[in-house]
Parts: sequence; structure tokens; C-alpha cells
Amino acid sequence: MSALVKAAKAEGTLNVIALPPTWANYGTIISTFEKDYGIKVNSALPDGTSQQEVDAVKTENGTAKAPDVMDIGMSVALANTSLFAPYEVSTWSSIPTAQKDTNGLWVQDYGGYMAVGYSSKFGTITSLNDLLSPKFKNAVALNGNPTSANAALNGVMMASLAEGGTASNIADGVSFFQKLKAAGNFSPVSATGATIKAGTTPVVFDWDYLNLSSYVGVSNWKVFIPANAVLGGYYAQAVNKNAPHPAAARLWEEFLYSQSATGGQNLWLQGGARPVEQQAMTSNGSIDTSAASKLPAVTGSPVFLSPSQSTDAANYLAANWAKAVS
Amino acid sequence: MAVAATSEIGARPSRAGRRLSAPTWVGTVPFLVYVAIFLLWPTGIVVVDSLKNPTGAWAFSNVTELGNSLVRGYFIGSFKLSLLSSVAGAVLGAILAYAIASGNPDGVVRRLYLAGSGVLAQFGGVTLAFAFLVTIGPVGLLFHASWYYDFPWGIGLIYTYFQIPLMVLVFLPAIDGVKVQWREASENLGASAWQYWRYVGGPLLMPAFLGGLLLLFANALSSFATIIAWENQIAYIVPQQISTALSSEVGLSNVNVADLLALGMVVLVAIVMTGYALLQRRAARWLR
Repeated sequence: MSALVKAAKAEGTLNVIALPPTWANYGTIISTFEKDYGIKVNSALPDGTSQQEVDAVKTENGTAKAPDVMDIGMSVALANTSLFAPYEVSTWSSIPTAQKDTNGLWVQDYGGYMAVGYSSKFGTITSLNDLLSPKFKNAVALNGNPTSANAALNGVMMASLAEGGTASNIADGVSFFQKLKAAGNFSPVSATGATIKAGTTPVVFDWDYLNLSSYVGVSNWKVFIPANAVLGGYYAQAVNKNAPHPAAARLWEEFLYSQSATGGQNLWLQGGARPVEQQAMTSNGSIDTSAASKLPAVTGSPVFLSPSQSTDAANYLAANWAKAVS
Repeated sequence: MAVAATSEIGARPSRAGRRLSAPTWVGTVPFLVYVAIFLLWPTGIVVVDSLKNPTGAWAFSNVTELGNSLVRGYFIGSFKLSLLSSVAGAVLGAILAYAIASGNPDGVVRRLYLAGSGVLAQFGGVTLAFAFLVTIGPVGLLFHASWYYDFPWGIGLIYTYFQIPLMVLVFLPAIDGVKVQWREASENLGASAWQYWRYVGGPLLMPAFLGGLLLLFANALSSFATIIAWENQIAYIVPQQISTALSSEVGLSNVNVADLLALGMVVLVAIVMTGYALLQRRAARWLR
């Protein structure tokens, strides 16, 4: 570890990409890393998508500004493993087996459960079908187009689970949104911080860590996760195999998976995200308990989409989404 | 005519001068190089890549994608939106330009409108969509238009916000070129207002009007940021679907399909340009 720190300090720089400072506490995570190790972090394209991260790795390959590390969605990770270098962090054994590649090409890092965030002016939502009531006219939005954005696809899938469907079939979710549209409650405006603050999208399907009142910046913002529709989604870390700063990249991974009070895992938790080592850290007592107690409560065991379930869902949406809601 | 005649008389090509001067096409080289790099080269890439598969092998079967009913829907959406917003923008913009032109040519109103049009013609994207969203959207400050999300009417309305000023800018010079003496002459000959517009004013302005309409159509066709900010959960138009094909996080990205859609837009513009050329030839008959 000390040799790694020394080599990383000699490189002096780390290139990261698509890490919004307000997302899952990344602003603090980056500044803590810079402070701890004296390494400058170049943060490119903070609002980029996972695909854009991979594109940057390809187009900037061999240059000094190529991204060293990626924080990407699982479908993009699985489609691009040839770009990654295998790396096992020292806390490897704390990461559940299902949430990492056996060779360490990718490792899930943090995530959350799909949730409905809403303004408290609507009272309290207790079931997804409440959203069909006339008081939600033009109010309910996804975070993007589900054929394009992962969060939106999972929003539809969560509706599917809440409607009694299974993770292998997203059709029930699409028909739920079709009902929403027919009721005049579906808003096609893509939810952003600005639309939530302006009140244009007062009900938003998104990951619970992006639906925190502190994240959206609206004080009367509540979060609801339907019973037995606990759909988990985790991002994954990967190291660029041609990283211009290979030691800094690996030190960054060690930092992100560190269980220390100011390590990446607890910092993500403080940002409202659920770190991948949460269970192990709860057992060994290294978890930030006050941050953990603030996470939205859930009923039922979490469901994770397998790669083939994601692909099936995406293909179904490609053929049926536009027809159902336009 | 008079101008052309003068320049013919004025031009006195000397044999010595001709020998020394570079070929006449040399002056166009910078333009041609520019066009080659920024238009022909990218278009060539789009055409070639649209006929390949992701591994780089030829795949002419890609073209069958264009027959897919979903893909056809995006093209129909793009065409509808562009047609609606360009016709509305051209007609309203032309009327506004006429109103401006009939005022004092050095007046404050004219300068105000021209400056405003110059700014508003460039007003688009997130700021424009958001401005409409908070004005007449679901919690609109002004009122709530229930048809606001109906495609293409809602977004078409937003597009006219930059289409009308653009039409004013491109059409005003043409109206300024219409001499008041022509109107007087036709009135002296007993023409009614309708006859003046039908036989004099209309034909004079028609080529410029059609040119403006085409510009507005292309402007709407290539617009992307505004509709993305306005509604992004459903793809209605081709640029939205190109975006999905380029950057889908859920495994639906395919660069070659994006190229193919872009090629389809090139073809769509080519068809519209052909229609424009035919109309223009008819409208400009009197010029020959």
C-alpha cells in the first residue's frame, strides 16, 4: 500500500470522468482524496453518461487526458470489459460475490433502490396506484428516456414489480405508464433539479440517493419505495487498462473501497447512496450509523436485474415504449 | 440589366493581364477546402459507416432499418414538426417583416425589432424550453395549456419562438427591395390591392419567401437541444433517436444505426431541397 501511495504521488494526477459533484457525495469524495494524497483530480465531463465515459476511453486512448478510472452502469461495463484492467482492492472479501467480476475487471461500488420522490403537497403516497389519481395531473416524470437512460429503465421496471410482475418481464411497468399517460398524469419533461425546484415535475421516479431532499434541494421532498418492489441498481468501478496514471487509478480504487470513517464507502453513504460493502461494514462496526439510519426504509428483499433481464427489458422498451406513452 | 451592361462595357480584359493572373478558380480554394473538410468528409463517413456493422464489416442490410415502422415514425415526426414550425414561422415572420418595413426605415421600432429578432433567432435549447415550461407548462405562471405536451403542437409553438425572428431577419431585405413606386404604378393602372399582391408583390417576393421557408425547415429539422429539454422521455424526432443510438446506457446504442439515421436526414433534406428547387423555378419564372 505504501509503495502504491508513493507511485501515485509521483504521478501526481488522476483523471476521472462523469462524476457530478452533487451526485452521491462525489464533490467531497474528490476533495478528500486530493487532500489525503496530494494528488490533483482532473474531473472531465461531470454530467456525462456511462457510454460517454467508455467513448472517451477509446477516443483519448494513449493521451495524457484519457480517463484513468470509470464509474459506469452495469450494461455498459459488461459490454466493454476488454477496456479494463483487473484489480482487486484490499477490502475485496467485503464485497458480495454477485457484485464483482471474479477477476476484478469490474466491481460494483455504490447504488440504491428505485424510489418515487414527491412533493409533500400531495400528502403521503402508500401505493404506486395512488399516482393514477387526478391530483397528479401532468406530475409524474421519469429521469430520462428508458430506452436510453438506465435510471429510467429501472423506474419502469420498479413499476412492473410493484404491479406484481417479475424482473424477467417489464411489460407490466410499460402498461402502468400507459395508464398514467391515459390518466393525463405522465409528464414527458425529463426531471432535473431545475424542473423539481420549479414544481414542473413534482413526482419523480429515480434512485433513492438522487431523490433525497438535500440532493434535489427541495425541503418538502419525500421518498417512497413500494413494498416488494425493491429494485436495486449499483454502479461499477473499472480501471482503464491503458490508464495514463496507473498507480493513481489503483490508489483511487483503494480509497473508494476503504472502510475508514473518511473513506469512500462511508462518504458515499453520507451522500445517501448504499455502499457495496455496507453489510460487511455493519457487521464489523465501521459503518457510519447515523448516515445509515437516514436511508429510506424498505419492505421486501432487494431485486437486482441480471444482464439478460436488462437486455430483455431494453429490447421490449425499444419496441413498445414510444407507442405506449405518446 | 443596366448594371450587367455597364460592367460588360467596363471590363477590358488585357491579354498581358490574363497571362499573369492566376486561374479564376483559385479564389474559391479556401471555400472548397472548408466545404470538403466540414461537409463532404463527415457526410462521407456517415454514408460509409451507415452501411457497416459494429465490427467494421459491410452490412448493406442496415438499410432495411429505415423500413422499420418505429424508425419511419421518427422521420414522420421530424417532418411534421419541421413543416409545422417552418410554415407558421415563415407566414407570421413575413407578415411581421412587412409591418416593420412599412414603418419608418430609420425609426426606433424597426431598430428595436431587428435587434430583438437578432437575439431571439438564436434563443433555443434548455433556456427556451424552460422559459415556456414555467410560463405555460403544468404549473405555468401565465396559464396552463393542456395541449402543451401534444406533439407536434406544443413543441411546434416553442420552435416558432425562434423561427419567426429568423424569418424577419432573412425576409426583411426582400421587402425593403419592393419599391413603393411599383405599388403606385399598379394603382394608377387601376389595380386593386388584391391584384397588386396577386400579380406584382406576391410574385416578386415569392422566391425570397420560399428561400426563407426552406431555411426555417432545415433549422427546425436539425434542432435538438430544445426538444430534449422540453420532453425527453419519448423520442419523437430523428435527432432524439440518434442520441439514443449514440449514448444509450441500457445496451441499445449502435453507432451504425446513428449513422444510418443521419443518412436518412441527409436524404430528407435532399428531397426537400429538390422540391424547393422545383417550386423556386416556377416562382421565379418572371425573372427569366
